[in-house]
Amino acid sequence: MSTKNQKTNFSWLLKMALRDGKSSARKLALFMASIVLGIAAVVSIQSFSHNLKKNIALQSKALMGADYIIDSDKPLTARVEGIIDSLGGADGREISFASMAAFPGNQGTKLVQVRGIEGGFPFYGELETQPSTAASQFLSENGALVDATVMLQLGLEVGDPVKIGDISIPIVGALKSVPGSSSVFSSVAPPVLIPYSLIEQTGLIQTGSRIDYKYYFVAEPTADMDRLDRDLDPILDANEADLDTHTSTSERLGRRYENFGKFLNLVAFIALLLGCVGIASAIHIYIKEKLKTIAILKCLGISKKQSFMIFLIQIAGIGLLGGIIGTTIGVLLQQLFPLILQDFIPIEIEISLEPRVIFIGILLGVLMSVLFALYPLIGTLYVSPLQTLRVEESNPVRSRKAGLLVLSGIFLFIFLFSFWLLEDWLYALSFVGGVIVTFALLAGVANLFMKAIRKYFPKSWGFVPRQSLLNLFRPQNQTLILVITIGVGTFLISTLYFTKDVLLAQASLEEQANSPNMILLDVQNDQQQKVVNTIQSQEIPLLENIPIVTMRVESIKGRPADEIREDTTSRVNGWVLRHEFRTTYRDSLIASEVLQEGEWIGKASMNDTVPISISDNFAEDAKVGPGDAVSFNVQGVILNTVVKSVRTVDWSRMQLNFSIVFPTGVLEDAPQFRVLTTKVPNEEASANLQQKLVDQFPNVTIIDLRQVLSIIEDLLTKISWLINFMAFFSILTGIIVLIGAVRTSKYQRIRESVLLRTIGARSEQILKILALEYLYLGILAALSGIILSLISAQLLAWLVFETTFIPSWKPFLILFPGIILLVLIVGLGNSLGVIKSPPLVVLRKELG
Amino acid sequence: MAHILKVQNLKKTYSSGSKELTVLEDINFEIQEKETFSIVGPSGSGKTTLLGLCAGLDQPDSGSIELCGTNLQQLDEDERAFLRNKKVGFVFQDFQLIPTLTALENVAVPLELQGDPRAEEVSRDLLSKVGLKDRFDHYPSQLSGGEKQRVAVARAFSNRPSILFADEPTGNLDEETGQKVVELLMELNTAAGTTLVIVTHDLELAQKTQRILRLKGGRILKTEAV
Repeated sequence: MSTKNQKTNFSWLLKMALRDGKSSARKLALFMASIVLGIAAVVSIQSFSHNLKKNIALQSKALMGADYIIDSDKPLTARVEGIIDSLGGADGREISFASMAAFPGNQGTKLVQVRGIEGGFPFYGELETQPSTAASQFLSENGALVDATVMLQLGLEVGDPVKIGDISIPIVGALKSVPGSSSVFSSVAPPVLIPYSLIEQTGLIQTGSRIDYKYYFVAEPTADMDRLDRDLDPILDANEADLDTHTSTSERLGRRYENFGKFLNLVAFIALLLGCVGIASAIHIYIKEKLKTIAILKCLGISKKQSFMIFLIQIAGIGLLGGIIGTTIGVLLQQLFPLILQDFIPIEIEISLEPRVIFIGILLGVLMSVLFALYPLIGTLYVSPLQTLRVEESNPVRSRKAGLLVLSGIFLFIFLFSFWLLEDWLYALSFVGGVIVTFALLAGVANLFMKAIRKYFPKSWGFVPRQSLLNLFRPQNQTLILVITIGVGTFLISTLYFTKDVLLAQASLEEQANSPNMILLDVQNDQQQKVVNTIQSQEIPLLENIPIVTMRVESIKGRPADEIREDTTSRVNGWVLRHEFRTTYRDSLIASEVLQEGEWIGKASMNDTVPISISDNFAEDAKVGPGDAVSFNVQGVILNTVVKSVRTVDWSRMQLNFSIVFPTGVLEDAPQFRVLTTKVPNEEASANLQQKLVDQFPNVTIIDLRQVLSIIEDLLTKISWLINFMAFFSILTGIIVLIGAVRTSKYQRIRESVLLRTIGARSEQILKILALEYLYLGILAALSGIILSLISAQLLAWLVFETTFIPSWKPFLILFPGIILLVLIVGLGNSLGVIKSPPLVVLRKELG
Repeated sequence: MAHILKVQNLKKTYSSGSKELTVLEDINFEIQEKETFSIVGPSGSGKTTLLGLCAGLDQPDSGSIELCGTNLQQLDEDERAFLRNKKVGFVFQDFQLIPTLTALENVAVPLELQGDPRAEEVSRDLLSKVGLKDRFDHYPSQLSGGEKQRVAVARAFSNRPSILFADEPTGNLDEETGQKVVELLMELNTAAGTTLVIVTHDLELAQKTQRILRLKGGRILKTEAV
């Protein structure tokens, strides 16, 4: 006998799926919302980061203004000059340094980055000026281009003079943008461009000044930048110069946003995982409600495969629709990112549609839905048509093999998805492992809880509390499913919260009561006393007077730096050998330091090998520890030292920290300059002091930390706004998961509530029983989730973000009661109908 | 006249925990084409179980059932479903309409399943015959009990079945509505020449059929002509 209804084809199955889906729209809303939110987060984040990468790569030349640059913080050696000549000579050059600029017209002063330009810089991108002709005029007219914001702040106009060091230059235009600088990084020291030829006349090039020499090159379009980098960089390195190509710059820039990107990817991952949990719980209820329909259809002659297909088509269709809506929202949402981040990223971001991300977004919608629906859907295969005659209470038997297969599919999906996001199979694997462990632990907690209640059941309790406890472990209980879904939801949201804290804490600045808010750099030794007098004459305290001695590493453990540099097997980080260290000497540790290893020695004499203290990062990069010898070249004099201690330094504190600290009694007579710190009470005092200092000591650089702090805080606010906004997405999905999970329980509890009602239970008693049950479940699930998230946040901080993690109380104070309350509201909200209407009406409506 | 249903030595047991419960035993009977037949007995006598077995909704432990010339034991679940779609109609005590489909769609499903292009036309016609001309687009939740059962009756006849099983068709209806539904069922049955098997504990309803099978404790008490 043929079992095929020959003419029943796909179109009929589609028709049935549509008809049924249409009138189930309300029930499918949760399902749809889970997909939409998850996909929107993934698409917006992925699409934005693709666009960011693409734009950085596209604009890499404009970012730098040239194809490659040779730069050095020392005048060039003959060898480097020879290399530049062999490259056909530089196409442009620049000398730059930070200095105070005075604006005599209105008595203003400002820390600026003075950039003396020669040649056709920028060769790519452009100097945007107001008026636009000023970009080319400033060179020919010996004028200055001053940062547009500074001009606005100080009320400057074209034609006003700017005094830099010993000379006064007329401003020919306002500088709106210059290749390679973002507004945040240039707001600390905004750029002032002047002709190269005027630099010498400023008189600011002297000992201790931090001067950068840059040589700009334009290459043939076919030139191989990587090869140039490989060939030249080692030679330049040995001569204290550096090569930067536009490609390496764009890579470096990409890395600067790495942690931020990692976090956003984590948000995407969590939003999608929550979406999956949402889908799983929504589908679970949905299919459960459809079992009766399936039994009727089977009675009317539909085959197993046909009934399976009707709901598979329906779910795939909703997945497709959810994928399309989610992707559309995601694409729209990413338009917001550049608006929020424009001060943070030094390039113009043009948002374009990323076909690959759009395709993946839609595909994800379908895949997620089908994969998470498969297990409940397999149940439809086992529905007996006999259910039309008699309700079978027992759950349909499912094939273990099919269940395992679906489960493997789900984990494979999570693995592939995390691999796509994180581009690292080890991370992806540990994420999947983390998810499995979380589920297993939550299931363990739920089972243990049920066993414990059963064993220690409080028989003496009254009817209501006893009944609510009974609900937790008797047949048809919802403990396992609710603890897992609510627990996973809480776990993911609170992990996100903790991680957000980790990330924001990394960059946060606490204003300490006694910390300085003004730093004076480059104070020459002979100016020291006069500068101190000027400060104190304004009745402003001098907080610190820190001596700075510059030096370079000469040898490590007896091996000369040159030899280590040439040794390709050496693991010593190159910067240690190249860097000009600014060191200090003092007899005690400061607040931002903790002794990690060895012994702190505060005093020594020139006669012995000098005992020094190094920072942990120096120890790591130079591969040295206590007992190792390091010698330094202090402006021509070789100084032999031995490492006595290693300090952990908190570099994020707004204070002067040092990699290398000498004891007192050694460097006092070495050539040095000073850094003074002070605390000014207000804006006016700050302006007065700066004015006086710039007048008398033009070489001294003044950093007004209050201004820097406000800029960084502003930036942090913007970033945290974005992070919060994206986190909110996940939280919203979490709430949907919660509603879905609690709705599952409605199905279980409605019969019992109606029965209790029928035999005379009062509304208050039913409500109390339900409320207590949800309260127990809420507490157990939320607590387990938060505790697990503490562990995962610790792991994330340690392995992914490479930072320390100090948990905040927020998840405990807000999330914990919040989730319990939500479980209660949703749970009781679902049951109100049972209490308000007569029992028979409820039974007929809900189950009939 | 040829038989349409032949039941021989039927036995059905259910296991409840470790105990085995025999629900039906030693059941033998035949129903002829176009005959009207009722199965009566007190609650728990096995009426509904017998109906489920005869219609191929369940499998017996032993014995054989031949429905429309086919031995049901030789068919798998999908083949039995196919047979039901072609030859069998159902009316249930609690209507069993698909809640997400309209009255018209509910009636059309068996025909659509056969790929009949006239499914909608036939369904409209049938719904009009049962007096629900103005209820085509109503969902089951928008219909009264009597109306739901009339939709179910229309659906039962839509695939022009050879045999129609009705399980307590008036069980969920008040007396007056129940009577009307039975009249309708009989009328349509006579017009279509379908074999009708009714399971009921309502003797008055059973009296309207040609033969009655009395069950008690899972065994046949007697079969009598009315």
